[in-house]
Amino acid sequence: MTTLNAWLLDPNPKSRLQSRVGQTWLSWLRFRRNPLAMIGLGISVALIFMSIFAPLLAPYDPIVQSLPDRLLPPLTPGHWMGTDDFGRDIYSRLLYGSRITLYIVMLVILTAPVVGLIIGTVAGYFGGWVDAVLMRITDVFLAFPKLILALALVAVLGPGMVNAVLAIAITSWPPYARVARAETLTVRNSDYIAATRLQGASALRLIWGHVMPMCLPSVIIRVTLDMAGVILTAAGLGFLGLGVQPPLPEWGLMISAGRKFLFEQWWVATMPGLAIFIVSLGFNLLGDGLRDVLDPRSAGK
Amino acid sequence: MALIEIENLSVTFTTAGRKVRAVQDVSFKVEAQQSFGLVGESGSGKSTILRAICGMAPITGGQIRIDGKPLPTPRGRAFAAQVQMVFQDPYASLHPRHTVDRVLSEPLAIHGQGGSDAKIEQALIDVGLPPAFRFRYPHQLSGGQRQRVAIARALMLQPQILLLDEPTSALDASVQAETLNLLSRLRAERGLTFVMVSHDLAVIDHMCDRVLVMQNGQAVEELSREALASAAMTTPYARALFAASADRMMEG
Amino acid sequence: MTLLSVKNLRVTFDTETGPVQAVRGVSFDLSRERLGIVGESGSGKTMTGRAVLRLIRAPGRIEADAMTFDGQDLMAATETDLRALRGRRIAMVMQDPKFSLNPVMKVGAQLMEGLRQRDHATRAEARGKAIAALQAVQIRDPERVMEAYPHELSGGMGQRVMIAMMLIPDPDLLIADEPTSALDVTVQAEVLNILDDLVKTRGMGLIFISHDLRLVARFCDRVLVMYKGKIVEELAAKDLLQAKHPYTQGLLNCLPRIGGSREPLPALDRNADWAR
Repeated sequence: MTTLNAWLLDPNPKSRLQSRVGQTWLSWLRFRRNPLAMIGLGISVALIFMSIFAPLLAPYDPIVQSLPDRLLPPLTPGHWMGTDDFGRDIYSRLLYGSRITLYIVMLVILTAPVVGLIIGTVAGYFGGWVDAVLMRITDVFLAFPKLILALALVAVLGPGMVNAVLAIAITSWPPYARVARAETLTVRNSDYIAATRLQGASALRLIWGHVMPMCLPSVIIRVTLDMAGVILTAAGLGFLGLGVQPPLPEWGLMISAGRKFLFEQWWVATMPGLAIFIVSLGFNLLGDGLRDVLDPRSAGK
Repeated sequence: MALIEIENLSVTFTTAGRKVRAVQDVSFKVEAQQSFGLVGESGSGKSTILRAICGMAPITGGQIRIDGKPLPTPRGRAFAAQVQMVFQDPYASLHPRHTVDRVLSEPLAIHGQGGSDAKIEQALIDVGLPPAFRFRYPHQLSGGQRQRVAIARALMLQPQILLLDEPTSALDASVQAETLNLLSRLRAERGLTFVMVSHDLAVIDHMCDRVLVMQNGQAVEELSREALASAAMTTPYARALFAASADRMMEG
Repeated sequence: MTLLSVKNLRVTFDTETGPVQAVRGVSFDLSRERLGIVGESGSGKTMTGRAVLRLIRAPGRIEADAMTFDGQDLMAATETDLRALRGRRIAMVMQDPKFSLNPVMKVGAQLMEGLRQRDHATRAEARGKAIAALQAVQIRDPERVMEAYPHELSGGMGQRVMIAMMLIPDPDLLIADEPTSALDVTVQAEVLNILDDLVKTRGMGLIFISHDLRLVARFCDRVLVMYKGKIVEELAAKDLLQAKHPYTQGLLNCLPRIGGSREPLPALDRNADWAR
């Protein structure tokens, strides 16, 4: 273990790989000192774990109905979170539903921030009319409340999980463009950009190799903080019946279905609600912790 | 014919309707392999002249010629292989996320030159850094070490002219001495031409053959090193600048 | 009569890779005189100044065998005691007025703030004292400066405002951390003269922290030379040229001089025993 430690903390790394891994390790050590961030990380890891091992962890099938067992309260033997109005075990449905949640979150993360980052850095770097045109396009998307725009898109495209993800992604990219552009404007005037430009570097090399790496931390932090919002938007769409369709166990859909019984059988809607709350909180805490670690201003202190 | 000719150079920045005349009608010549100093206080326009040479500040009047030829806009790769710059702040002139290896290999990659492994090792040795530093990040280096990397970077393309914008003012005194020694040695070994900007007359005296004193964007007086050393200035501002610096000298 | 007494001061930072010692056992006494602390970056001089005022936050720790100011034990003092000391009896002037003055408040408002809140002066009294303070730092039109924002002032003017602000409550000790490093050379002399004058007339103690050995020697009575958290030499300013420690001699000799030789400047031997 000590040789690995020595390798990681070597002040004179022998290769780019060792250098990168060593820095990542130091960042991890810093991250570890923040208890709230570790809780956030724990929740996020638990979510991933749950979704991967759902078939092994779930005691019941999430879709098969069992009418004699409908609306059983929590802590009934065999159903520790109770059952819903079709007799399906809520715990099992939550576990399988975590897959859907994670799927939606991953798809959005891989599309919206990437698009936003590219648009933001190009706009910020070139300035002038390129900036004006790109930012006005961004403003158009920003002008609509997210959920309304997502609703409109889903109404046009038709309900379903993929369309819901597409709608959410299309409405999520503008804030990333804004963030990337703001960072680019700061970075653009740095001496290191001037030095590389003086060497004859093209705009593409400067944006890709120099500007984007500086924008990444802000975007990553924004992503983790937005994940909560993405989950809630997906839940909202599900709640309105426009996203994921029944009988899939999407958490928002579960809340919507449980609305009818909110006062008598509170657990049908509350359990998925608590799940959304905990996962959103977890991502938020993770994002906060990442910000402390990734913020270049605090690096090198 | 001088290597660098600055003729009636004017640089005016226009922001939001206000004009700032950073450089007003400045002229001087730098011979090949000479070390020329620009000295003045903040706002004198000395750094702006370097930036104008590099194409980073708009030239609103006059002309800059290198080797008798006016400078192309944009400056281009040929210019980059001839003129390079070392910046003032060692903490800002290296990309925080690039290793030393990446910083030094980039100019070679841009110009399509190979053999980067050997060249990088040699560059590090030339500036007095251990080759083991090759994969460090800037925040793992001290200010003086970063400035050495910046100097190595500037020399990767084997330029003829080195522009130095207050290269040691952000460094400690002892590190400044080492850095100035390094610059002098490199200049002697490679026959470089320096245009050095500083607010410190003592540094300029030590490093430069001729000096131009500037104030508020205008050239005040041009002196040879002998004139500076013997305090043979003719303008009151140059004399005041000398007095403020020579004060320190009196003690030591 | 000792104003400040520091014995075996240690400042340690608990980083994720282990403790880092910024100050390693610094001891000195200060009466109503001008003491200079000289060192390069990483020498611990700024941390020493901040430790006196207990201004270092976690993960930094301040430890000392004893640290007393005018008989009061600074190590045992509570945050309330310290708040009463800071500003009122011990003041601090920092390097760049751009960063130490509030950019969104007018200068007058900042000068009067302390007076009105801490000393409960009326508006008129506070304004009167503020203007008097600006005049004491030789600002010729104090009325105009009162109405200006910090970014509208030049560097030298801003630093003078800072000094004025710090001297309003008439402190006994002033800690000046590189007060002229961000200023132009011709302005530095002016600001230092003003500071010198005020310190003499008010009989204050002054700790002048700087990286510039010659400047400190010209301006202070005694000099402490620090390297890597320790004091390597302590001497009277007038004896500077007879400095015995190799680091001090190195610092003196490594600066270029106008009219000096063009030989390589003597560099410090960083591998010597005293450098560890």
